[in-house]
Amino acid sequence: MDIWFSQMDTENVKTSVRVDKQLFSQESEYQRIDVFQSKEFGKMIVLDGDIIFSEADEFIYNEMVVHVPMSVHPNVKKVLIIGGGDGGVARTLTEYPEIEVIDVVEPDEMFIEVSRKFFPETAKGFEDPRVTIKNMDGLRYLRRCEAEYDLIINDSTDPFGHTEGLFTKEFYGACFKALKEDGIMVYQHGSPFYDEDEQAFRSMHRKVYKCFPISRVYQASIPTCPAGYWMFGFASKKYHPLKDFNPQKWKERKIKTWYYTTNLHQGAFMLPKYVEDLLEEEENKKK
Amino acid sequence: MNQRSAPIYEALELFRKKRVVPFDVPGHKRGRGNPELVELLGQKCVGLDVNSMKPLDNLGHPVSVIKDAEDLTAEAFGAKHAFLMVNGTTSAVQTMILSVLKAGEKIILPRNVHKSVINALVLCGGIPVYVEAKVNPKIGIALGIEVEEIKRAIKNNPDAKAIFINNPTYYGICSNLTEISKLAHEHGMKVLADEAHGTHLYFGDDLPVSGIKAGADLAAVSMHKSGGSLTQSSLLLCGENTDAEYVRQIINLTQTTSASYLLLSSLDISRRNLALRGKESFNKVSRMAEYARAEINAIGGYYAYGRDLIDGDSVYDYDVTKLSVYTQGIGLTGIEVYDLLRDEYDIQIEFGDIGNILAYISIGDRIQDIERLVGALEDIKRNYGKDGSDLYCGDFIQPEAVMSPQKAFYSDKEQIPLHETAGKICGEIVMCYPPGIPILTPGERITEEIIEYIDFARERGCSLQGTLDPEVELINVIKEG
Repeated sequence: MDIWFSQMDTENVKTSVRVDKQLFSQESEYQRIDVFQSKEFGKMIVLDGDIIFSEADEFIYNEMVVHVPMSVHPNVKKVLIIGGGDGGVARTLTEYPEIEVIDVVEPDEMFIEVSRKFFPETAKGFEDPRVTIKNMDGLRYLRRCEAEYDLIINDSTDPFGHTEGLFTKEFYGACFKALKEDGIMVYQHGSPFYDEDEQAFRSMHRKVYKCFPISRVYQASIPTCPAGYWMFGFASKKYHPLKDFNPQKWKERKIKTWYYTTNLHQGAFMLPKYVEDLLEEEENKKK
Repeated sequence: MNQRSAPIYEALELFRKKRVVPFDVPGHKRGRGNPELVELLGQKCVGLDVNSMKPLDNLGHPVSVIKDAEDLTAEAFGAKHAFLMVNGTTSAVQTMILSVLKAGEKIILPRNVHKSVINALVLCGGIPVYVEAKVNPKIGIALGIEVEEIKRAIKNNPDAKAIFINNPTYYGICSNLTEISKLAHEHGMKVLADEAHGTHLYFGDDLPVSGIKAGADLAAVSMHKSGGSLTQSSLLLCGENTDAEYVRQIINLTQTTSASYLLLSSLDISRRNLALRGKESFNKVSRMAEYARAEINAIGGYYAYGRDLIDGDSVYDYDVTKLSVYTQGIGLTGIEVYDLLRDEYDIQIEFGDIGNILAYISIGDRIQDIERLVGALEDIKRNYGKDGSDLYCGDFIQPEAVMSPQKAFYSDKEQIPLHETAGKICGEIVMCYPPGIPILTPGERITEEIIEYIDFARERGCSLQGTLDPEVELINVIKEG
């Protein structure tokens, strides 16, 4: 048997993974959901043809969207996750005892069910009593929130699929409104390497930069992402990701990690020249 | 043959499989002569761009597949006959008017018609008799035509040949077309329905009555708007007592003899979709629009109006698939919100005018896009909202018509600066586009109020069009003395 799953990174580049078997395939109201068992990456969940999550590299993503803001903001009590149907981000957040509320807004119920069934280890984040799942569109949920959250994590990865609305000026504006006066938003910034994706990368930064007083970008190496390279945005009303970073306090928590370290935290904000140039160009644009 | 057939589409498929060698036009020869065009549009698309020929029929004189497609369309829309139109609903509207009106004959109509109506009057020399539409003082838009106004117009103009009604208006407002048709027919007048924004009325549940059902003799239906066909394709429907062959002759006065099969096949396929799934699709559209209305009204400041406007006369019915929103409550004109949505939020809506925006909801929309629109409107209120003290109320103005459009258009004219035109007779159309409803038409008296309106529209970013002067600084007026 020789079955390969290919993710089309661009029209001309694909990432292929040998598949042992297909465990699930169905169209939800929002997207096509597939689950594969693979040799190299373990179980993978694929949404509309893109790998969203694999057992082998999910830790990188989850740690980077959670520990980076959590080691900067001194007092997070209430967190909102937009998307996050796999439960991985929620699970990572549950390691912080001071967090009181974790709201997960995921419109696609089937995605949650599939994660629970095939990735119980990850989805156990949902079982924590602090976690509430809201089956609703992210933008719709945010319209009703004002100065409510300390941290918002946008866990939706695809700026072109059904989550398109979560990469827009209206979304970032709604997050700004939903955050408290010292709140932080962490969001997906995609990968700027391929020409196809550069425009989306630029416009995201331009929108957030205009919306938040502090807007920085950081990176991680994630094998199943296009070009193996993924960026995150750190948008904040008050705290700077490096100037207000408190490595000592975080180390004392003794949270077990596989990717994140306090050294890496600082390094992640040091960007390649071409990325820095792209970002600066957008910052200097008048309109 | 039934509504599952698509005769033009099927003939094109068969034709493609025959691999006929083309020694006829178009000269690109299935795209081979124009590789860049193939790159842009795709082989399939350019391969269908073929000439009229026996197996594919001829739009000017249909006898086979186009005739079949027209018959199926007529059946689907409940009309006596249907014409496939390839020069926009503009051509359907012009055909309606040229079919019922000769030089010097009168037509009763509201003033808030599309410019194609006025242009048709310039062409045929018809005389407009405007019936006044009430204006809703809060939102500043012209409403439907009251039955009493029609009665009065008929009484004062018993020699009028036809009555022209928007069904619905761009904003979604319907007049009592059934009653108006009855009155018109009692007085020997024809009824023309402009359904540029009303294709779905033929298929929805719980939507206002369609033109043909209400008794209209001719109806211009923009299939490319809510019907899903390609831009520029349209339909002209005939009612029971209309001589379709005469209408065909009128169409052929101005219609191209090289009708595009891309447009024709899109009409054919769209008609099939509507006949098979239209009801279900438009129920979904109505639900989405009603949801958006409720969410937008919950933001505050905006007013997304709907059935609440219905008063049994000037708003006899409301088309709930329309999403029209009054924006001045957040201190911005519709055109400003329209521009912000496009420039800042990458959302393109149908149009913005002085007081309102219109978002076109159709069978192609998804609920997540609705969420974006609502989210953006809320963000605009938060970031750009003002107190609104600098706003002009922007009421619809109905100018006084003092000369027929044709006479004014062909009179000796001079171009003079806008601010010096008060009291003069306008010789051309001045309008904001979109929506394309003229502010001034040939033969109308210009007033200070109208000049002020044009100034304000320009200052707030409306695109002014229609005049000889591309900058719309000079207006072409009738020479005096």
